[in-house]
Amino acid sequence: MDIFDFSDGREGYYGEYGGVFLPEILQATIEELLACFRECKADPKFWQDYVALLQNYSGRPTPITHLENLSRKLGGAQIYVKRDDLNHTGSHKINNVMGQGLLCQRLGKSKVIAETGAGQHGFATATMAAKFGFECKIYMGAVDVARQRPNVFWMENLGAEVIAVEDGQKTLKDAVNECMRDWVTNMADTHYILGTACGPHPFPEMVSWFQSIIGLEAREQMLKQAGRLPDRVYACVGGGSNAMGIFQGFMDDDVELIGSEGGGHGVGSYMHSSRLAYDDATVGVAQGYKTYFLQNDEGNMNETHSVAAGLDYIGVNPIFAHLHDQGKVRFEAATDVEVKEALKLTMRTEGLIPALESTHAFVTAIKEAPTMGKDQIILINQSGRGDKDIFTIADALDDAKWKSFIGGKADQYRAENN
Amino acid sequence: MGLQRFIAERKQSKDILVMAHVVCGYPSFEENLQELEIMAEAGVDLVELQFPFSEPSADGPLFVRANEQSLKSGTTVDQCFDFMKLVSARFPFKVLMMGYYNTAFKMGEVAFVTRVKESGGVGYILPDLPIEESAELHRLSEEAGIEPIILMTPTTSDARLVKLGAVSRGLVYVVARKGVTGSKTQMGDDVLALIERCRQHTDVPLGVGFGISSKADVDVLRGHADIAIVGTAALKIWEEGGAPALRSFFAELMA
Ligand SMILES: Cc1ncc(COP(=O)(O)O)c(C=O)c1O
Repeated sequence: MDIFDFSDGREGYYGEYGGVFLPEILQATIEELLACFRECKADPKFWQDYVALLQNYSGRPTPITHLENLSRKLGGAQIYVKRDDLNHTGSHKINNVMGQGLLCQRLGKSKVIAETGAGQHGFATATMAAKFGFECKIYMGAVDVARQRPNVFWMENLGAEVIAVEDGQKTLKDAVNECMRDWVTNMADTHYILGTACGPHPFPEMVSWFQSIIGLEAREQMLKQAGRLPDRVYACVGGGSNAMGIFQGFMDDDVELIGSEGGGHGVGSYMHSSRLAYDDATVGVAQGYKTYFLQNDEGNMNETHSVAAGLDYIGVNPIFAHLHDQGKVRFEAATDVEVKEALKLTMRTEGLIPALESTHAFVTAIKEAPTMGKDQIILINQSGRGDKDIFTIADALDDAKWKSFIGGKADQYRAENN
Repeated sequence: MGLQRFIAERKQSKDILVMAHVVCGYPSFEENLQELEIMAEAGVDLVELQFPFSEPSADGPLFVRANEQSLKSGTTVDQCFDFMKLVSARFPFKVLMMGYYNTAFKMGEVAFVTRVKESGGVGYILPDLPIEESAELHRLSEEAGIEPIILMTPTTSDARLVKLGAVSRGLVYVVARKGVTGSKTQMGDDVLALIERCRQHTDVPLGVGFGISSKADVDVLRGHADIAIVGTAALKIWEEGGAPALRSFFAELMA
């Protein structure tokens, strides 16, 4: 199945989802981008350069780790983890960013802009911009700036300008709007590096294409290391890029694909980011594309919440909206509380520190593994590492020693300022 | 009377018309009404009523805040249509719905067109709805006798202007420059050249907007465009100086 074969349908549409809903002023820019992307996708040399770049710069291929302790403890399926946390900058976001960096060179543009939620995409973009010599602006909701300071620190020190967005809910969606506003003004020399498989066509296809490297590697590695394909593959779903990335390795196989969304405070709380796992989202058009959004009856977006900033988003990629309709991907949600428990368990039993986003995939896998046979295999995509979340995790664990350390630091800075 | 005929009639006594803009429910519907009264007194010809949306990604800071505050104070789509009805009955200017496509999509295109028509609106501007996505809505609008206003911009290729021209009805909104609403536009030869380019591809009247803030700007357009579109500047004046300031702003603008 090639989901990106549009010859029978409308270009950029997955079922009834996707499309391009942009102001007229951006039509020429999006056409230019689409033409350039088509050229890159058709050019085997482009993909080779892309893979070589990730090998030399980001440590690909990332390994697969068999979690023997956790598998034994849960007493069910054998659990394997794809380690995209081991990328440079600590998450899968760098895959897409490096790809779009190469594409930006082909476009001949000198500036890049990006939205970021958790800061991982912004961090990766700032890194790529430093390496490629692009001027770089990162838009980030003020709420996210406050909860992800370590990534802001790195972005700024890598030479990017980080702009705290004070509009709306001050999170990822508002950062996307602000990128659009920058882009409609500066498109002549600026490429918008969208960080997930959302937004107007060709972004969902393009980001999925770059992230497909995860699944390509994982399929081969599973055959080699486990001797066969997994029965189920789990990934967290914010916009859906890491999940699209790993799922694409197994689309044509008899493998169940499970996306885990931000359950926040749980079903019925209206404080979550589950577009497909819960029943609260409806089809709408915003931020350049048509998909399921968490919105009210009049089409205004609802507040969303997740302990993981990278999942805290109103929409989901249009490809998943379609695959969900078709029953090809199953969607579950993991609540904030479950995430904290799964993180503790994973750290203690395996010495792995998944990002809060990735831990959502662990939650669902950990729930389901005991119900499966010992001869069954599951694969989890660890999209990122949790170091960036140290402040949030320390708060969640209510770690007294951490608090006194931060208190001490604060005293020291205050003394220096006086 | 259709929009195009209304424009032609008004143009018999003036060399350029003015279209103004308010964001429904911001600062409040009462204040909207005061603004509109001043606009009507000054002889404004057309008004866009912007229905607030939570993701106004084509708007600049002032309108972004206006959208947000309006929604915060509880403005609903129903209220906006009721307001449209009141306004179009009370004032001599013609009224257009302006907003984002999701507002129309969520209520359903048929209901949307019916509501605009019933509320006395002569058309609508949905800047995030490209022509590729609007065939059905355009068909419904034609049936109902209201006009979908399309936009032509400085980045639009000639090939695309041909396509846009072919579906243009009522009036065409010529976007004077790149960017979002709000910041200043250097009204000069570039804008006039753009108007000329657009003129070659459509027979409907041309309105020019984005960054028009003074009589000098309007004067540049005189003899080239049919309508000068004033948005953010008026809201800014209202916020700074209230009714007296807005009155003298429009008096000067339309002198
Ligand atoms: C580590 C990590 N995983 C997952 C996500 C969610 O994005 P996506 O669904 O596009 O993979 C993010 C987003 O910031 C992230 O930082």
